Amino acid sequence: MATAHLPTRPRVPAAAEAAIPPSNIRGNARRRPGFRRDQLTGWGMIAPAAVLLLAFIFIPAILGFGLAFTNARLISPRPVEFVGVDNFARLFTDPTFYRALLNVAYFTVVIVPVQSGLALVMALLINKKFRGVNFFRTVYFLPVVTSMVVVSLLWLFMYRKDGLVNEILSAVSFGLIDGPDWLGDPNTAMPAIIILSIWQAAGFHMIIWLAGLQGISGELYEAAQLDGTSRWQQFRYVTWPGLFHTRSLVLVTITIQALGLFDQISVMTQGGPMDSTTTIIYEAVQSGYRQQETSYASAISLVFFVLVLIVSAVQRYLTREKD
Amino acid sequence: MKNQLLLKNAGTMLVRVLFAVVAAFPIVFMLVSSLKPDQQIFGDMSSLAAFLPVGNISFDNYGAVFDRVPAARFLLNSVGVSAVTVILGIFVNSLCAFALSRMQVRGKKIVFTAILATLIVPFQTLALPLVWWVNQLPYFELNGFSLEFSKGWLDTYQVQIIPFIANAFSIYLFHQYFESIPKELDEAARIDGAGWFKIYRQVVMPLAGPATATVAILTFLPAWNSYLWPLMVVQSEELRPVMIGIQYFFQLNVSWGEVMAYASLITVPVVVLFIAFQRSFVNSIASSGVKG
Repeated sequence: MATAHLPTRPRVPAAAEAAIPPSNIRGNARRRPGFRRDQLTGWGMIAPAAVLLLAFIFIPAILGFGLAFTNARLISPRPVEFVGVDNFARLFTDPTFYRALLNVAYFTVVIVPVQSGLALVMALLINKKFRGVNFFRTVYFLPVVTSMVVVSLLWLFMYRKDGLVNEILSAVSFGLIDGPDWLGDPNTAMPAIIILSIWQAAGFHMIIWLAGLQGISGELYEAAQLDGTSRWQQFRYVTWPGLFHTRSLVLVTITIQALGLFDQISVMTQGGPMDSTTTIIYEAVQSGYRQQETSYASAISLVFFVLVLIVSAVQRYLTREKD
Repeated sequence: MKNQLLLKNAGTMLVRVLFAVVAAFPIVFMLVSSLKPDQQIFGDMSSLAAFLPVGNISFDNYGAVFDRVPAARFLLNSVGVSAVTVILGIFVNSLCAFALSRMQVRGKKIVFTAILATLIVPFQTLALPLVWWVNQLPYFELNGFSLEFSKGWLDTYQVQIIPFIANAFSIYLFHQYFESIPKELDEAARIDGAGWFKIYRQVVMPLAGPATATVAILTFLPAWNSYLWPLMVVQSEELRPVMIGIQYFFQLNVSWGEVMAYASLITVPVVVLFIAFQRSFVNSIASSGVKG
């Protein structure tokens, strides 16, 4: 059943239901005696989360914006000074930064369609109930619960010239393919990272697709079957339109995740060989943390944020509801 | 006709198995290799033995891991940091969502919008200004009977916990779930003289199991897996979490058997935990209204 995986709606105890008074309490909320105290309680409940979000998201975001125009360093005896757009001038004349932009664009353009497509295929494979469905769901999700750092480490080993990946390639091609030194060659380093990234994260987006699939009413499929439609027609005219909202969610989350590429690079290639895998965030961490140039790193972060906003806005526009 | 259907089903199953093999083989390879000496790992690579625990099998690599890195300490740190983050996260975020969902608080629409707005800021853009910012924050420490005051949160436990307690996505998940719990329950409890906090604790939260499980896992995973953040803010060995321990294996001579043992050691607990909660997790994500 399509609805088998929706949560069981919390049960209302019969006694509680019986106790509901007929009068319209909510209507007189403002005039109720405990109104002021309720306001205080409510704000008291909101306050911890609100204060933490303010302290660790809003303030750093605003700070980052401000620091980008200063010469702040992580630990420095000098007072922080305003330096205008110096950091940006330096950034936009840095060839490594353009290389990073290009690499991230390459990564994103490949990851977004391939990963979302594979994730959808996986979701379709395990959408309907069958014997062992939970086993497959668990296995498909295993790479997601494995940390990206561990995954990177594991694939770092598998990508060696004499590693498992090349051995498998050689075995399935009866010795015809002599695999490259994946991470040592500027031409294959980024494709290698793309493959492992898809391997690790596709399961997560599979779950989001699955949520969308579960939300499509089973009656629609029954009606389609009565009309004698093929499987493909059902997908094209029932499933695909039914996944409208899921589609934009998957698209946005994969894109943002792809633009922020960092962990894999940090563990596997450190941006090399010859800057072929360096990324925006990797450059930001390099300057902000290793060289302690908080201001320059903030400038990179700000550019990254603007990039994310632009890409999301364009995607929203392209996938908008057309009526 | 019937044969055709059977063939189609067998084909689908074959594709399922193929995907499962691709998803699982690196993990199997990691677990199996962690039990073998280095020489044998390379020797087995060209045959199916790479995925089978055969030959010279032992836990020697695990022993060596504990000699090379303070693995027990790292595991303890990660367990502690993740557990505290999860527990405080569930409490703080559900409390906030409760007030936003079920109480008539003035200005709650603006607050909710502001909270959701934080979702568009990727953590990576905040990380570097945040390092600078936490280094400016005051810090009190109870030392014996005297309260000591110092500046800067770098190199502490709380810098690994407190910034990650409040989370807009968790608040959103709780909020969505609370909306599905009938409000009449609150009214009934209020007539019985219950205060709002009592309603939160005894009426709403006991019904919010699936949402709590989802938030717990979605908080636990990034806490356990965190790498970028502790890399920047934690220098002392005795405060480091498990992911940072990986760096220890690339100093001096690399032993891949040991690397695989450490990787297994920090992955298996999460996998076991995930399998234990698998049903409620997959189901509640699938139902948490992640429909945009």
